[in-house]
Amino acid sequence: MPSHDDHWLDEEAGPVVRPYAVIRGRTRPSGEKLDLIAIITAVRGVRLDPSSLDPEHLEVLRLCRLPTSVAELAADLDLPLGVVRILLGDLQERSLVSIHHPIPPARLPDMQVLKEVVDGLRRL
Amino acid sequence: MDYAASDQAGSRGRMPVTIKILIAGGFGVGKTTLVGSLTEIRPLRTEEPLSAPGAAVDRLDGVERKTTTTVALDFGRITIRENLVIYLFGTPGQERFWFMWDELARGALGAIVMADTRRLADCFPSVDYFEQRGIPFVVGVNCFDGARRYRTEAVRSALDLDPHVPVVLCDARQRATCRDALIALVEHALQVLRNRSGYASAAAEPPAAGSAPAAPLPAPAGEPAP
Repeated sequence: MPSHDDHWLDEEAGPVVRPYAVIRGRTRPSGEKLDLIAIITAVRGVRLDPSSLDPEHLEVLRLCRLPTSVAELAADLDLPLGVVRILLGDLQERSLVSIHHPIPPARLPDMQVLKEVVDGLRRL
Repeated sequence: MDYAASDQAGSRGRMPVTIKILIAGGFGVGKTTLVGSLTEIRPLRTEEPLSAPGAAVDRLDGVERKTTTTVALDFGRITIRENLVIYLFGTPGQERFWFMWDELARGALGAIVMADTRRLADCFPSVDYFEQRGIPFVVGVNCFDGARRYRTEAVRSALDLDPHVPVVLCDARQRATCRDALIALVEHALQVLRNRSGYASAAAEPPAAGSAPAAPLPAPAGEPAP
């Protein structure tokens, strides 16, 4: 088996697999639309069945061993957001990721967190 | 990995708070530069395929008609503390990508609208967008080399801004000035949110005699003890 040495094709060759082939032509995730700044964390201690997952799913799980935003996942995977949302939907269905949805500012329980943001920015 | 474990056990036991801030303005006004000046990670770019709904695909001036154009989306990250992170998103600068804006704007704390005094009109659409949706924004006048230095009041009047909308001068290449613009935005958004919750309670109760709202939000029980 060749290892992860994937430089036998250079970038000019274009993607080897077109992004929507990864998700078998699906364009909509099954659940609600995930926010760009929703935080995804791989669920630990789950026995994976690699035969039911695509390499892209495994890559997502690897990337979100630490909590990671949807936008960062898309950038790190170099896949369109729509594709990443579908992959995440698959993983959520299998209970392999936990998703933390962002709280809209108007629904923050208090404004203290925004004051913390101002103080934090001043220290930059 | 140990970090994540302790994170979940939660020294503070808090869920992560993520805050979305948009960087808007005309094409080439310095949005990408500003994101790059502030982000703690290399500026990331992600791409979205141009999907049909809401996309004015026939406005690709001078470009052959195609539907596979991608929208590049710049973003950056600023960690305030563990579990409190700001994400910055540069909005796509061209009109045909407006369909992306609604998704970006959903749940956003606010926006910095970048303005170039040589092409002030380029930021009109952004100003209109945030005004119409009641999303707090500040105008950041990018002081390019050689750009005529306008007084902020001149910019305010040229853009016909509400008096409460802050106008700040910044240089997208200089981190400190970008940070100050961001601080101005968060403080402004804080004020706007306070005022709104003030209006909400004023609507529910007889108006208190002109004083600042004392109880900003009908805060749910379980407010953490200091």
